[in-house]
Amino acid sequence: MDNKELKVDFSRYDYGEKEAIEEVEEIPNEYKEKAKEVGIEVDKGEGIYFQIDHNVIYQKLIERLRRKGVIIMSVGEALRRFAWAKMYYWRALSSRSDKVSKIAEEYRRNGYFIYVPPRLKLDEPIQACLFIAKQNIAQPVHNLIIVGDGAEVTLITGCTAITEEALHIGVSEFYISNNAKLTFIMIHNWTPKIHVRPRTGVIVGKGGIFINYYVNMRPGITLQMLPKAILYDGAKAYLTSIIKSGGEALVDIGGRIIFKGNDTRGEVITRSVAMDRSEVTMRGILKTEGNVNARGHLECRGLLLSDSAKAIAIPQLEARGMRANLTHEAAIGKISEKELNYLMAKGFTEEEAVSIIVRGFLEAGVELLPENVREGVRLALDSMAKSL
Amino acid sequence: MMFKVKDLWVKVQGHDKYILKGVNLSICKGEVHVLMGPNGSGKSTLLKTIIGMPQYKITRGAILFMGKEINNLQPYERAKIGIGIAFQNPPSIRVKTEYLVKLITTKFRTKPLPYEEYRISHLVGRDLYDGFSGGEMKRTEMYLTMLQRPKLALLDEPDSGVDVDSLALIAKGIEQLMEEGASILLVTHLGYILKYLDIVTELHVMINGKIVYSGEPEKALNLILTQGYSYFVKGGG
Repeated sequence: MDNKELKVDFSRYDYGEKEAIEEVEEIPNEYKEKAKEVGIEVDKGEGIYFQIDHNVIYQKLIERLRRKGVIIMSVGEALRRFAWAKMYYWRALSSRSDKVSKIAEEYRRNGYFIYVPPRLKLDEPIQACLFIAKQNIAQPVHNLIIVGDGAEVTLITGCTAITEEALHIGVSEFYISNNAKLTFIMIHNWTPKIHVRPRTGVIVGKGGIFINYYVNMRPGITLQMLPKAILYDGAKAYLTSIIKSGGEALVDIGGRIIFKGNDTRGEVITRSVAMDRSEVTMRGILKTEGNVNARGHLECRGLLLSDSAKAIAIPQLEARGMRANLTHEAAIGKISEKELNYLMAKGFTEEEAVSIIVRGFLEAGVELLPENVREGVRLALDSMAKSL
Repeated sequence: MMFKVKDLWVKVQGHDKYILKGVNLSICKGEVHVLMGPNGSGKSTLLKTIIGMPQYKITRGAILFMGKEINNLQPYERAKIGIGIAFQNPPSIRVKTEYLVKLITTKFRTKPLPYEEYRISHLVGRDLYDGFSGGEMKRTEMYLTMLQRPKLALLDEPDSGVDVDSLALIAKGIEQLMEEGASILLVTHLGYILKYLDIVTELHVMINGKIVYSGEPEKALNLILTQGYSYFVKGGG
């Protein structure tokens, strides 16, 4: 999958040994504060998974949810303890599909396992933090989320680093059963030399809903991901990616939706702000399988804030039969002079006006998220629109 | 003098032709001045030059606000000292209207006015001017200008393309500005708004970049409506 420019020398990273590190009672403040930037508030919440490098250092699940059958643990532990968990391992994705997936399977350095039993609707979001602290480490994780029939859950995943060079590989498989709903919020904030390779496969059962909301505040040196959602009858998926890239970053993001069932709906929205010499490719793929009654829309928008920044939009629609209705729109450009002048006449400095316009540009898909997580997400977007 | 324009000559960046050719204008505190004229006569250019839009270049003359020349101030600096503008055709911006309201009231340390007074409650959750009707746009633009509590309000055709109900609401806004002691420079193409205003200090007619007539509003308006701007072109009045 990697193209030439996005090459990573996988061999130069430290994949480590499995260590037996004890979980802590309390996460050190240094990590806590850093995690807060990516939406993780360890002092709040009913369910938390916190992994630093290869080790799960903190887990929390309130008794009420535990008794109702909710499971939060490392994926390794889940596979050891529950035979049924294995049925979901490498089902939405293949371990042989690319180098990145192969590495994740070979090293198995944890990742979270989250199970929500049928018909249980969780009001409070579950939180998961994947943190990189060691220099030159590779963090290949495999995450599994299973949402039972008619259940509803919101997960906030925050990924961040305090080290300079590292490789983050995140395989994620989500299984959303019939009439279930998963709202998956992922916030990334990397240091400038980190390579990031998430691989995400999602199966949305009949009548299920998948909301994927991805914010990347700083992408590291290279980032490549194209989450794929497969929709069965009546299922819906909304994939939003928001990114601000700077420096020399090379970014390739977007989303894929495969419409397998009738009465399916899907939307892939990508907004990217490119600064300095960074390059962003925005991909979107909508594809029907069979002659199904499906409706889908793609949107790729790039905002260039420097004369050396580059944006590419590659929307792709594929349908067979007369029952599909797929549309797309794509636009790349700079900030409009007219808008800038208007805001300056209203009393804002040029810097403030740029920030207001960028902040507005980044605001997409937030209205799809539950009320109680919007503020945290907006704080991340606010901070992205500053210091441009 | 609250506000004065002295022998102002203005070009648009990149063009040789003068748009304003020696404009003179004085406005005292609390006065309402109306500027009329045919399309392309330079009315909007005058307002945009006063607020400091970068593409309008002053080659001669001065703009004085509260005794100080402001020719070289940035637009935001002019806004800060009390000049507010309501644009004729404001651009649509991908920013929630209520968010902009919050930013403006924070910046100018003012309180937000009730949305209902301008009938914009249903609009504030939407992106600014995205799909707004003419009346909705003008009411919102007037509302945003009011939030600055300007000492000098520049209103560029707040009455064009709006329904009668909106016209009355906008006129109410102008009256509120007057009550607050603001000075007003109001550009109108057809003068609809004048029917709703009790007091207008002076009416100016601009033709081809110059103010060719200044005087008592009722008489001037009558001349415009009965004889058209050609009366002023011929050097009448």
